[in-house]
Amino acid sequence: MRLDGATLWTCASARAKAFALVTAAALGVFASLLVAAGKDPLEAYIDTLTYVFGNAYGFSELLVRMIPLMLTAVAAALPARIGLINVGAEGQLYMGAWLATAGALAFSDQPAFVLLPLLTLLGFVGGGMWALIAGVLRALRLVNETISTLLLNYIAPLIVSYFIFGPWRSPETASYPQSPAFAEAARLPTFFHSRVHFGLVYAMASLVLYWLVMTRTRIGLDMRAIGGNPEAARRLGIPIVRYILTVMFIAGGVAGLAGMAEVAAIQGRLVSELSPGYGFIGFLVAWLAGTSAVGVVTMSFLFALISSVGDILQITQGVPYAVVNILMAVILFIVLGRRTVGSAAR
Amino acid sequence: MRAADGKGLRIRANRAMTGEGEAPLLEAKGIVKRFGSLLANEISDFSVRGGEVVALLGENGAGKSTLAKILYGYYAPDAGEIFVNGRQVEIASPHDARALGIGMVFQNFTLVPALSVFDNVALFQKNLPAVVPRAEILKRMRHYAERFRLTLDPWMQAGQLAVGDQQKVEILKQLLAGARVLILDEPTKVLAPQESEGLFKTLTELRAQGLGIVLITHKLREVLACADRIAVMRHGRVVGVVGRREAKEENLLALMFGDKPMELPSPLLDPAGRHDRGVCALEMVGVSTTGGAGHIPLRNVSMKLRSGEIVGVAGVSGNGQREFGDLILGLLQPETGSKLLWGEDASRWSIAAVRDKGVASIPDDPLALACVPGLTVRENLVLGSGARYSTGLGVDWPRLDADMNRSFARLGFSRPNFESRAATLSGGNLQRVVLARELAQQPRLIVALYPTRGLDARSTIMVRALLRDMRDRGAAVLLISEDLDELFEVSDRLLVLFHGAVAAEFSPEDFRADLVGPPMIGVTEHSDAA
Repeated sequence: MRLDGATLWTCASARAKAFALVTAAALGVFASLLVAAGKDPLEAYIDTLTYVFGNAYGFSELLVRMIPLMLTAVAAALPARIGLINVGAEGQLYMGAWLATAGALAFSDQPAFVLLPLLTLLGFVGGGMWALIAGVLRALRLVNETISTLLLNYIAPLIVSYFIFGPWRSPETASYPQSPAFAEAARLPTFFHSRVHFGLVYAMASLVLYWLVMTRTRIGLDMRAIGGNPEAARRLGIPIVRYILTVMFIAGGVAGLAGMAEVAAIQGRLVSELSPGYGFIGFLVAWLAGTSAVGVVTMSFLFALISSVGDILQITQGVPYAVVNILMAVILFIVLGRRTVGSAAR
Repeated sequence: MRAADGKGLRIRANRAMTGEGEAPLLEAKGIVKRFGSLLANEISDFSVRGGEVVALLGENGAGKSTLAKILYGYYAPDAGEIFVNGRQVEIASPHDARALGIGMVFQNFTLVPALSVFDNVALFQKNLPAVVPRAEILKRMRHYAERFRLTLDPWMQAGQLAVGDQQKVEILKQLLAGARVLILDEPTKVLAPQESEGLFKTLTELRAQGLGIVLITHKLREVLACADRIAVMRHGRVVGVVGRREAKEENLLALMFGDKPMELPSPLLDPAGRHDRGVCALEMVGVSTTGGAGHIPLRNVSMKLRSGEIVGVAGVSGNGQREFGDLILGLLQPETGSKLLWGEDASRWSIAAVRDKGVASIPDDPLALACVPGLTVRENLVLGSGARYSTGLGVDWPRLDADMNRSFARLGFSRPNFESRAATLSGGNLQRVVLARELAQQPRLIVALYPTRGLDARSTIMVRALLRDMRDRGAAVLLISEDLDELFEVSDRLLVLFHGAVAAEFSPEDFRADLVGPPMIGVTEHSDAA
């Protein structure tokens, strides 16, 4: 906790080196794959770089992708600190979007300064309650939270589908199942004439709060105690059940914010294909970042970049987007392989 | 099969018995092992011959386990040579060690809990064929079991066995795998007195069959009971090897601790901390609990514990002692009856509420039950203190440091580095951290569950003195232990638990093993007579 400058620097440079190494190794393996497919990897990478970093638009799109990844990564990282594995950020994202949409449709006549805080709250509650189902089942020792959060992922998109095919189906675009467009007042503001939206503030705030709570507060200490030795924590009077419920609710809520931001900023309405698996990639991000908030940012950046690679390759090289999954798997393998047994990889 | 096996053993035995001048079964010369800057081992010569028990005696952290792990191929030494039967060998892994006939029984057993005894033993055999020769292995198991008092049901799940029986499985699997040197790391740490007796009988039989045994321990009594030679270790070195005849408690203690004075708690009298004597701190009225999940149900327990007294709880392992302690601490709740703390009905209090009232807990395994290994010592010290050191959302670290410094000083412990992770501390030092934390707030009721199990001689004396001292200062102390000597030495009254019920109660004039023993195994006439 009391680190001097030199130690911090060594830590940071070591981490940067590791990050560079992982990236290089992953891109290397992926390049050989592209060669095997008869493509020129160098050209593909240069295409990607010029597209992403060559202009403001490409970079802003990278940030747009990072927002839900960072939020869902926090949703996985927070429960992980007390030894819970939340793989349900995807479903929690959908339910946050769903409840926020309910609010946006019901109170569409309200001004933005009422509507946006309300939607934020509803998005948080929607995701939180969804995660709380798993939290309660775990606290009652009925169902393991890994299983329940995973299965709930399959239910949430179906609920969303039911509503956009049924009660909320937009009359204007009857051929395409989606909700009516949100009122202007319900649209989350964006920055610099790009699609980078206010969700970035939510993501940054979540990460800063996560870091502060874990390192600076009594609550964080209690949580690390539960994660480190639940039996001792229980014997020392730390209310474990209360922590399980609270942490699951907050984690789900943060994932719900990602869903709320997707509908209120990007889509402007509830649609069925809301997320290309942000919740799952976010889990990967959280896992690879370990306990570190900065790690969540860098890993989100890396994975946002990778999904950009997929898009660009699809356009320029005619490679299907699914190859990106191979690249992600390669990264996961490399990082897990580098990690020594028994470290924070839980 | 059986006959052949017996003959094989006897031949080995004869060879070992006759050949005094023969090379030792296992010998280590010039071993050096460092962990970073710490010199863990510097051994000029250590050997074990066939047909002898060599004890490795020393305080916690003296380097006994390190030496054992080097001999078993678990650590590679930085320098040194190892000889088996006089032949220099390379032991690069436990696999090599086993191939050379060296077996080790670790403190934490390495059984697969979900598998049966038979499976565990069979799994460990060298070159196990794809189709397990069940009949043959069973026959050999039975043979060894009878000979060495290791009788077990081969089809029991290993996880369901009592700790003493799990240890038997460990020994059995080493024997079947052909171990001729058996290294046991603190084998009695997890055993009740009777179980220890059984183990020593087994070791005696093994010695008679020509095996060499290395017994790692810090308990003088065990050493004097069964070792032929005693190698005393201090600071990573063997500081003396004493034959059984010359060995006396005093000279062994002197070797173990060097010229360091014994670290005993200073008089702790602190007038502010005095409590009223004779107030009923804890009362149980007809308490029963449900069993389940591996718990022994308590049956109709009624007892009182007053301030300023130590009540001992005796019993054979697994008769409800742990549940009794857990009940007081609020980890278990009574099904019927009630638990009163200082006159208030505390039957449904949370653990935090119980601790808040001034109840402290000293468990037997601090690493598992009272500490979080991944946190620093300082962070561990603040756990379980309720809201005491909270400032808003944060922790008042300076105030905690001040209180804990005072607590360490008052107990006469040297203050560990608060920044180091708890996992890096030795067992004894960890127990000191727990004691400093639990006793820092002047507890009014102390529940000590096997508080000296696994501690070295010095720490044991210290903890017992501490309990008496807290008693003298008006705290109520409940001492749960399986060590009758300890209970007789420390207690003011003694309860015996049998099958979850209080079977008898004794006052100090009846503190004799022949009186207290029978109710421990369910014989009640004697206690009635007394």
